[in-house]
Amino acid sequence: MPDGIVDRLAQLTLFGDLRWPELEAVAHTFEEEVFGAGQRVLRQGISGGAFYVILEGEAVVVIDGEERSRLGRGDYFGEISALTGGVPVADIRAETLLRCLSLPGPQLEPFLLERPTVMLRMLQAEARRLRDSNRWQ
Amino acid sequence: MTGRPFPPGDYDVVVVGSGPGGLQTSYFLGRLGVRHAVLSADDGPGGMFRRFPLFERLISWTHATADVPLSSREFEAHDQNSLIADEPELRALVPTVLAEGRRRPAREEMEASLRAFAERGGIAVRYGSSWRSTRQDGDRLVLATDDGEYRCRAAVLAIGMTEPWVPEVPGLELAHHYVNVENRPDRYRDRRVVIVGKRNSAFEIGEGVVRQGVRELTLVSPRPPDLGRLARSPLRPWYLTAYDEHVRGAPGRYVLNASVERVERVGEGYRVHTLDPTRAEPLVLEADDVIAATGFEAPLRDLPGLGVATVLDGRLPALTPYFESLTLPGVYFAGNVTQAALGLRKHGVASVSSMVCGFRYNARILARQLAETLTGTRPERPPVPPDRVVPYLLSELDRAPELAMQKGYLARVLSAAAGEVRDEGILPLEVFVDGERDGVAATLEFDADEEIRPVLYVRRGGLLREAMLPPHPLRRYDALVYREALDDLLRPLLGG
Repeated sequence: MPDGIVDRLAQLTLFGDLRWPELEAVAHTFEEEVFGAGQRVLRQGISGGAFYVILEGEAVVVIDGEERSRLGRGDYFGEISALTGGVPVADIRAETLLRCLSLPGPQLEPFLLERPTVMLRMLQAEARRLRDSNRWQ
Repeated sequence: MTGRPFPPGDYDVVVVGSGPGGLQTSYFLGRLGVRHAVLSADDGPGGMFRRFPLFERLISWTHATADVPLSSREFEAHDQNSLIADEPELRALVPTVLAEGRRRPAREEMEASLRAFAERGGIAVRYGSSWRSTRQDGDRLVLATDDGEYRCRAAVLAIGMTEPWVPEVPGLELAHHYVNVENRPDRYRDRRVVIVGKRNSAFEIGEGVVRQGVRELTLVSPRPPDLGRLARSPLRPWYLTAYDEHVRGAPGRYVLNASVERVERVGEGYRVHTLDPTRAEPLVLEADDVIAATGFEAPLRDLPGLGVATVLDGRLPALTPYFESLTLPGVYFAGNVTQAALGLRKHGVASVSSMVCGFRYNARILARQLAETLTGTRPERPPVPPDRVVPYLLSELDRAPELAMQKGYLARVLSAAAGEVRDEGILPLEVFVDGERDGVAATLEFDADEEIRPVLYVRRGGLLREAMLPPHPLRRYDALVYREALDDLLRPLLGG
């Protein structure tokens, strides 16, 4: 249905292995959400958050009020708390008008189990993050 | 045309629309003394209920046999369809027009109740006056209408989300959209019907054509029915005959998860080409009729060009928690378009702002916000003595219709500063959670297991804490366990 969204999904690394009808199904499974600059998307310590993929705009990761990193198109967040059942350890705050696709936390696990290539892409990204954070220590 | 109210001119607020959202907003603006005009393209009140729903009764309840008086605040939770008001004679109007024995209103009954609200409430509307275009002029918005120009500091667009929207699928324009479906009783008897879509309007039409004796009925769209959402959906018991019969294998009843690739005309009928990503072969459906129940959009006219950011392929404006355009200040929305203000959506649970029982409260919040920002009048925030805080919050959790209806979206908010607690009123939960002031917000939420639970958000010294309280089988929150939990949670805040 939202063809524009399907086109944009096709360009994101996370969904790089999916064929067109699969991308279309992804576009229909996720909801589109738009946030204004300064609005919070995920909230540190608050349960029930979703998994988000950024389509457009920039966001910052804020822990205890301190800005830690920046996110842009194709980046995603919320997967750790969605998969572990914990609460987010950071705020994600929109820096510009931020357009995201979202999937309610409890739906992420079945979504990934049905799409092993997306799960592998996510695992690779998490592995890189882990490696980079170990390197800093 | 003499005698019509609200001639073109300069107003603090211009409300566009005379459906439930427009009437409810005008009512509260009037109560707060905000000078405003109300314009409507229609020739009478009712908005979407002048046309919809086409076949079926509403999916929201009006339980006139409640154990509380019809004019009480508590009755609002028993009646999802009436507008709200301070005066008893304006409250609970749907039960007064509902046919004997019915629990859900028909379109005509909704329209009659809204007409009664406008008449008894003295809500003036300039009917037959269409908003055509918009421009900015300094700090004023200018709405051009058939009658002339209206200048205002804030526009409230209660324009509904009822314009047909059809995705770009080749040939789908050949189908009838939901809004253009003929409601003749035998229109679909013995026909093969394909409905594109699987949301409310698709299931409503499906139910309608099943009753007419449709021969074969197929609902098709890419997104599978979300069973978790369906469990909380008012659709479940009312419109789901087609789905129920599909699940149990009735011949000629199909609910398919597949994308519609194209629709073509073949002789007197249609061929609908679909593709299910889990199957190798495309599936071709033969039909006598194709109905596009593909959804609706808000008629935003020239607003996107003026910078109003949108979601869902331009179908809805992106909104702040106070229902203002995220990107064009001064442009506000009321009525079912306020569903675009998302709130926290914990566990994916959406507000019910698309329904009267949700947006009637949003309208009160919006009117209060406009009164405060435009006229500088600060609505009363009565102090709450520290020893009354816990009993007050418990009674709100127990009885407040706003919390019962708008779960996880609206909250009773108390602020705490310099040892003084004040009642900030019913607010979007997001406003408190993302704010900075110390205090407490009490709300009811669905948890991850879809149980309804009271939840408190307590901020002290800038640190926010979320506390989920246990569910109660009868949803009564005045028991000792809740009292003790609130005492513990609030003691630091109240300094006890």
